[in-house]
Amino acid sequence: MTNGAKPTSIFPGQRSAAQGYSSGTASIVIGLRRAPPNQRSSSLPPSPAFPFLFLFFFFWRPRPGKDVGTREAGVGQLASVGKDEKGNMLGGPLRRILPEISRLPKGYSTVGKEMTVREALNSALDEEMSADPKVFLMGEEVGEYQGAYKITKGLLEKYGPERVLDTPITEAGFTGIGVGAAYYGLHPVVEFMTFNFSMQNESRVIGTLILFSAAASVLGATVSVGCLFDEFKPAKLGKGAGSMEFDLGIVAIDHIINSAAKMNYMSAGNISVPIVFRGPNGAAAGVSSQHSQCYAAWYAHVPGLKVLSPYSSEDARGLLKAAIRDPDPVVFLENEILYGQSFPVSDEVLDSSFCLPIGKAKIEREGKDVTITAFSKMVDYALQAAEVLSKEGISAEVINLRSLRPLDRRTINASVRKTNRLVSVEEGFPQHGVGAEICTSVIEESFEYLDAPVERIAGADVPMPYAANLERLAVPQVDNIVNAVKRACYRSVPMAAAA
Amino acid sequence: MAAAAARLASRQSPISKLLRRPLLPSCISSGLRHLSDQATPITVETSVPFVGHKCEPPSREVETTPGELMGFFREMAMMRRMEIAADSLYKAKLIRGFCHLYDGQEAVAVGMEAAITRKDAIITAYRDHCIFLGRGGSLVETFAELMGRRAGCSNGKGGSMHFYKKDSGFYGGHGIVGAQVPLGCGLAFAQKYLKEGTVTFAMYGDGAANQGQLFEALNISALWDLPVILVCENNHYGMGTAEWRAAKSPAYYKRGDYVPGLKVDGMDALAVKQACKFAKEHALKNGPLILEMDTYRYHGHSMSDPGSTYRTRDEISGVRQERDPIERVRKLILSHEIASAAELKDIEKELRKEVDDAIAQAKECPMPDPSELFTDVFVKGCGAEMKTCQRCVAALGCLSEPASCCSSTKE
Repeated sequence: MTNGAKPTSIFPGQRSAAQGYSSGTASIVIGLRRAPPNQRSSSLPPSPAFPFLFLFFFFWRPRPGKDVGTREAGVGQLASVGKDEKGNMLGGPLRRILPEISRLPKGYSTVGKEMTVREALNSALDEEMSADPKVFLMGEEVGEYQGAYKITKGLLEKYGPERVLDTPITEAGFTGIGVGAAYYGLHPVVEFMTFNFSMQNESRVIGTLILFSAAASVLGATVSVGCLFDEFKPAKLGKGAGSMEFDLGIVAIDHIINSAAKMNYMSAGNISVPIVFRGPNGAAAGVSSQHSQCYAAWYAHVPGLKVLSPYSSEDARGLLKAAIRDPDPVVFLENEILYGQSFPVSDEVLDSSFCLPIGKAKIEREGKDVTITAFSKMVDYALQAAEVLSKEGISAEVINLRSLRPLDRRTINASVRKTNRLVSVEEGFPQHGVGAEICTSVIEESFEYLDAPVERIAGADVPMPYAANLERLAVPQVDNIVNAVKRACYRSVPMAAAA
Repeated sequence: MAAAAARLASRQSPISKLLRRPLLPSCISSGLRHLSDQATPITVETSVPFVGHKCEPPSREVETTPGELMGFFREMAMMRRMEIAADSLYKAKLIRGFCHLYDGQEAVAVGMEAAITRKDAIITAYRDHCIFLGRGGSLVETFAELMGRRAGCSNGKGGSMHFYKKDSGFYGGHGIVGAQVPLGCGLAFAQKYLKEGTVTFAMYGDGAANQGQLFEALNISALWDLPVILVCENNHYGMGTAEWRAAKSPAYYKRGDYVPGLKVDGMDALAVKQACKFAKEHALKNGPLILEMDTYRYHGHSMSDPGSTYRTRDEISGVRQERDPIERVRKLILSHEIASAAELKDIEKELRKEVDDAIAQAKECPMPDPSELFTDVFVKGCGAEMKTCQRCVAALGCLSEPASCCSSTKE
């Protein structure tokens, strides 16, 4: 790309990726944001050792587990820092969270195809953009960077800079612009994001990175290391610790609530807002209080919004497609840790017309003794807890809420009327949370059916701490869910009696 | 009267639009000029020159016609009359909540309309009654909405700050100060995306001019060459705070920095028209532009603000005497002998009657049906979900909803 070349996009700030990256004798396409030439790190001078090192690293890469793609391995690795195989936080070695076969949700067709949540979201965006020219993407790093979490990978190349727009870091501004475009009749998908999160492994990876770049520069080859390292941004290129999308969403929350959610009502149907706000929500690992909050309760509180939170790849595909097709504003709460997780998908799910209904929950596991409701990452924990409980003779029914607004009260109540006990699980703060609403719904509509008080598992009512042990205590664990179920089944002493 | 009735019956029909357009004032039949003279071009010099920032200001010589001047007079007089009537209605407690009046600023609305089409978009904040009228809204719709009646433009569910008319390119009507600016940039984005060749005028006040989101949106608009024109209606007071107390630099037309700007006498409808024409051409070619309209509001910020605690009555009456937009056009009409003073008075009387009739009609309109409480939350479905809330709303007296149907969720 030559300086001063006329940009090919009608939106001049969006250069076409076809103009390519700057070459140089060897460039490693590693997904880092391309730095201006004077900031690029220089490679080490060539030495005889490097070809050998290159060959060594060519055959060995840090692969923590089953390889479903280096990107996913990398994310799994990061995500499982401090957790054991079951996803419980420990100071143990790094492991990848893999869905064990026994934990796989029942009801999926038995087909060999698997898909990560990331791929599911990417394919959903791809198909909806292909089907409707009014759909466009907007957000930080969605274009040339291929997406901060690689959700939008490849879309800039396919649809061009007029439909995949990189924005400056100005949430209030670009969210307002997205809502305005929706007023006019376009279908924006707004992603909130800054950087990914894991600074903790930075030095280890930088070291490997330098060796790779040195080796490749010696050979003059372009090596795609894939996305293993695109989690990491050298300090000089980027900001510090990354941020959770929906934490940034509250910078723009005025536009989500006042400009989007309320508009159809205030205008008596004159102006509708077919927009999707999406991005990761809730806690990751070690990103502390400003980047770990779950905003499900905040958005689900507001009439005029639809709020969805997928768990599996099927959820991610079906719900995102439904959200994009929906004529109302949808807040789509993803989970960073789930992005790399793989789920089996049937042919039906892979079909481009696949769509899930908004407002319907899914019974992930049937049971008869207790109902556990959860959404997003907590569905995983609930399923693990159900497995533990089944060995102790308690049959738990796990409901994956999928939709927080509208809440599928019918499914929840029907389940509670069957099992007579309820445990709601959420990651967010307890007060005025999703569990509080579910509890009230059940009390209003199925009070006589309850055999025990409703148990509510939520994140600790504190800003998220950083220290690994405190963080583990602040987020619900499988044990907490198991214990709550036992209390609901009167297998253990009620909390009040123990006080 | 018949015209008003026709308007009520067919809010959106082309005929009512035709009836609304002040193309041929009733004085013409007895007027000093023939029909053919209505289109004779007149050149008027604006009283105050334009001041440019990073752009060459347009000429002070403005082309107009007698027909256009009469139209300006009629529109502005109608707007003035409407706002004064709204003042009385508010004091009579028929209008509740917020009511932000536009009298004094009419030239901005009217001059802008003269320069653009209905395909161009306008978005503003809460001082929106006159802009709605300029975009083709009717008096009955306006008063009905202000009084919260079903025939209002938002079915009584929006109120003073939430007037919309999407088919005429009017996107409201926003209560959050400054929010409408990024929204307006979004409208311009969509216009460019769809290659429509139209522009958006995003209006805001001197109070909103310091909002961060404005600069965020302006940055993106300049980066992406969006056809948006930011119009700062500088009436010199952000609620009770004078501009010199709120802005380090009250030269709002320069605040865009890298974005060109133009300072315009906002009390001169012809200057506004010239500036908006210039701005539209500029925006389509070169991206965003800021227009600062130097204007003034006679009322306080809203009906709960007397408007005299932070400025003197002398100042208000001084502006009214020297710079009133309607008087300016009246002088032009009289000096060019387009109509006589008596004819203009007749027009004003006729408009007063029209406004009074519209108010009477609006007063007759019923309030929205209670079932309207739950409509239009979504475009698509989920009506049954709302029923659950009835358990909490005792006033509706519908607490006997059976539990099973409360939890149904329909698409």
